[in-house]
Amino acid sequence: MLPTAKTVSPPSEDKRWKIVDGMMRRHGHEPHALIEVLHTVQETFGFLTDDALKYVAVSLRVPYSKVYGVATFYHFFTMKPPGKHTCVVCTGTACHIKGATMLLNAVQETARIKQGETTKDGNLSLLTARCLGSCGLAPAVVFDGQVAGKITTESIKKRIRTFLDQEELESETLSVEEHK
Amino acid sequence: MNQDDLANIAAQTKQSDNRYDHVIKVCVAAGCLSANADQVKTQLESELKQRGLETCCKVKGVGCMGLCAAGPLVSADANEKMFQAVTPADASAVIDSVIDNKPAPAAIVMDSQLDFFTCQKKVVLENSGEIDPERIEDYIAADGYEALFHVITKLKPLGVIEQVTKSGLRGRGGAGFPTGLKWTTVYKAGAAQKYVICNADEGDPGAFMDRSVLESDPHRVLEGMAIAGYAVGANKGFIYCRAEYPLAVKRLRIAIRQAESNGLLGMNIGDTHFDFKIEIRLGAGAFVCGEETALIASIEGGRGTPRPRPPFPAQQGLWNAPTLINNVETFANIPPIIRRGGDWYASIGTDKSKGTKVFALAGRVKNTGLIEVPMGITLRDIIFKLGGGIPEGRKFKAVQSGGPSGGCVPEQFLDIPVDYDSLASVGSIMGSGGMIVMDETSCMVDVAKFFMDFCMTESCGKCVPCRVGTTQMHNILERISEGQAGTKDLELLQRLTSMVKAASLCGLGQTAPNPTLTTLRYFMDEYRAHIEEGRCPAGICHPVKAEAEVGV
Repeated sequence: MLPTAKTVSPPSEDKRWKIVDGMMRRHGHEPHALIEVLHTVQETFGFLTDDALKYVAVSLRVPYSKVYGVATFYHFFTMKPPGKHTCVVCTGTACHIKGATMLLNAVQETARIKQGETTKDGNLSLLTARCLGSCGLAPAVVFDGQVAGKITTESIKKRIRTFLDQEELESETLSVEEHK
Repeated sequence: MNQDDLANIAAQTKQSDNRYDHVIKVCVAAGCLSANADQVKTQLESELKQRGLETCCKVKGVGCMGLCAAGPLVSADANEKMFQAVTPADASAVIDSVIDNKPAPAAIVMDSQLDFFTCQKKVVLENSGEIDPERIEDYIAADGYEALFHVITKLKPLGVIEQVTKSGLRGRGGAGFPTGLKWTTVYKAGAAQKYVICNADEGDPGAFMDRSVLESDPHRVLEGMAIAGYAVGANKGFIYCRAEYPLAVKRLRIAIRQAESNGLLGMNIGDTHFDFKIEIRLGAGAFVCGEETALIASIEGGRGTPRPRPPFPAQQGLWNAPTLINNVETFANIPPIIRRGGDWYASIGTDKSKGTKVFALAGRVKNTGLIEVPMGITLRDIIFKLGGGIPEGRKFKAVQSGGPSGGCVPEQFLDIPVDYDSLASVGSIMGSGGMIVMDETSCMVDVAKFFMDFCMTESCGKCVPCRVGTTQMHNILERISEGQAGTKDLELLQRLTSMVKAASLCGLGQTAPNPTLTTLRYFMDEYRAHIEEGRCPAGICHPVKAEAEVGV
């Protein structure tokens, strides 16, 4: 292993850093592995933090400015923690033609968040995708990683409500238990 | 592994498949999976086991069967029987129909003689819907890797390139550059290290051909890349795949592992001196990375911004080494071209556009899904014969091909043959194969705005004409759709389109005005309705003037 890589230690004690370290080792800590490593960080932790970017920068001997540049250039990388549930509305051409904008408006109305935002209670994130490649099922939406096709404004509202209600229900039962 | 081992695997696989009287194939590509195809497959298996029929009937997960809108799709016995929208509860009805020939409920029976199926000509998709994409044995049994063995044992690199040149194959990524010529350039470039890159960054909204090929028949792409590596003198390949396609990435990884452990990738392939390794690199959601120099920058770990050409990647590409970049579908065409010869391939299609093309048919059309047709078929045949026409008795308005770089083709051109040059002559492009059908419920100003919004967001920001030009054009289009624009804006829009087209650095900017240009050319009346009458004929936009008239 390269000596420079050994001198830095991960930003925290979190064991998950071992996954990231493993990925960097597999690529011999080569600077060109940057995007692959950022993918691993996001897959492992859910999003990219400043600490993570700095750690990757030092480990791969890439300027922090470049790491930040790459992390913010690509849409796939996010520096905001995602909500407990995610709803990704596809806004590709086929979905657009079949009313993706109406779906987006429906979610925005129901959950009272705009695209790219997460509800205050951290319950739901609303995102958009350029194209999922599920054009045969347009309009398509991804709920918690599962693609669902031929969505209507009614069905998306219903699904969004379950995400929101569930959480409210859970908090209600919690408070009841606390009372006991 | 040598050629005899390959033949053995093929024979064994065929033999073990022949043991079964019936084979039920369940589509496990992304479209059908999202409609619970995996549960259908499990239910079929357990039902067969319960009835003690698992030795006479086999259930097999296969790649895309094409008609995604009717999924999950199930087919049996050489596709004589097909079923649509199958749920786990239908499992026993499917088995009754396949084994005992009992009629299945009308709701799940699909006519396998639909024009959608019979009018296709499958070359790239010949194995899609037939083989299990996660089993290399299945691919080998379908003559897989035969072409690679033929090439490395019997042909010289120039002999391979000769076949590809003869075939007349042109780049399937959209621009249509002759593949043989590209290979020759990389072959001639003198360098010790060369690379082969497969562009699987299918960023076009509305296109899913590459995803489907990777999910349904990943080995075909690997074989095509290895043949290319041998022909141009490269020993390393990269597949640059969208991270948004997790299933395609998973199946590619499985395929690479299987090929490596069978000695079909790696060192000394087929006991020859030919080495070829393939690695996957994940994209991260940047449309501009479909442009070859931006893609290279991204594989090198940087921001995906393009650079001026020349030097072309064929001379100076990845890490400045000569690099061959082809699209997924281009590589997928290579094994059949080698197996059956360049002349055979050249006999399909038109004079200047040979072979077949895979299209992703979507939008306002009855049969949405994936089709492969010979070049030269008319748009009308694609939309009304294979596609089954426009649903709900509505009227056809336009078909958009080529995504954000293409144009909208109106009804008067429906009878032009689909090939690179004819589409270009009406202001559109072949593109990678996305084909979106629009009916009278679509507003063409809104469509132009949609694509401009896409290009504006996806512009990498490196060159001014694209970065600023797309934003300005988007602003004007927005004003038009809101009813706030004047006739002067139209002139300005026209001027901007030609400026951005001429002055942008890469293909993204150079083609970004195309959707706007074609809608201006063919649907000027809709623009005028927005501007002069404050009215959106399709009722999509809400021009303010119109609202005042109705008294809202």
